[in-house]
Amino acid sequence: MIKSLDPRVTRAEIEIENPIAPLNELDQWETYEVFHQKKRGDQHMHVGIVHAPNAEMAFLFGKEQYGRRGFSVNIWVVKTRDVFASEYDDSDIFDTVPEKQYREAGGYKVMEKINKYKKGV
Amino acid sequence: MNQTSSEAIKELLYKMADDLLIIGHRNSEWTGLGPILEEDISFSSMAQDKIGQAQALYQLLNDLGEQEPDTVAFTRNANQFHNAQLLELPNGEYDFSLVRHFLYDHADQLRFEALANSSYEPLAKVARKVKGELKYHVFHANTWMVKLGSANEESHNRMQAAFNEAWNYALGMFEKSSFEDQLIAEGVFEGEETLQEKWLANITPYLIKAGIEIPASTSWNPVFGGRIGNHTANLSPLVEEMSEVFRFDPTAEW
Repeated sequence: MIKSLDPRVTRAEIEIENPIAPLNELDQWETYEVFHQKKRGDQHMHVGIVHAPNAEMAFLFGKEQYGRRGFSVNIWVVKTRDVFASEYDDSDIFDTVPEKQYREAGGYKVMEKINKYKKGV
Repeated sequence: MNQTSSEAIKELLYKMADDLLIIGHRNSEWTGLGPILEEDISFSSMAQDKIGQAQALYQLLNDLGEQEPDTVAFTRNANQFHNAQLLELPNGEYDFSLVRHFLYDHADQLRFEALANSSYEPLAKVARKVKGELKYHVFHANTWMVKLGSANEESHNRMQAAFNEAWNYALGMFEKSSFEDQLIAEGVFEGEETLQEKWLANITPYLIKAGIEIPASTSWNPVFGGRIGNHTANLSPLVEEMSEVFRFDPTAEW
């Protein structure tokens, strides 16, 4: 009896009535963060995550997941658990009191010179 | 190029292109069924590379007066294909597919590497173009072979069993052409014997790392015939499925 028109279902002998049970937590490989570099000298940019049993395979997967369109010259992979991340609850540490012109580029005296130059004085 | 060497080159191109097309199609059968998402995508992506490489070679054949790549790929019968039998065998479990990937891709990489210096410049050009893809494919194959060969008892036993099953078929990849001497003399290709020696030297260190044993050479019994159109019963259904859309509508684009 044909179970499905999708040839993959027949090939894999998948029981439609009995779907695959979800994996237990420890049955899954850990995750690696993937960074790629578009050209030599550029900063590496975070592009996504892969599951892998070790760094070498994380690289193999990262390359195909994120580098197969040919936009990368280099890839880094880092275990997710090795990344020390700030808490979103603490995101107020990035808030800052606005009255501090001296900390912004616009507050530098050199701006006067630049503005003068722009006006062609 | 004289008449005879054109025939010799065509034969070389056909067997290489057919190897790539058939393994490309076989490996693509894993799409959606791979052991994990990331590996599924990687394996599928490499399968696409193989089809692309096959297409480049069929194009060279077209330049030599053969029919269009699609026509050649989709309208022949199984007994007109020149792929080694190794590549048409069913996927089996993932262990067998990985072992075949390892055995074939090493040979494929070395073949293209040698052809990068071929006196037949159009082929040399293709060989230089696919170098990066092949490097990744072999790296992928080596990583899995070493990892699963040595991970635990079950994975080791599975890989060793798949290896034993594939071995004589793998030796069949090096079936000699009737144009062998001529191809070597004219500097087109170094020949199957040299290729097999290099292949054995290249795969051995990875097999040692993986703890996988090559069967004793007294038991070697290469499965030849694929190059002259003798195939297992597995090829016909593959060709049929592969060419289904083309046969339904030869002008379809997909």
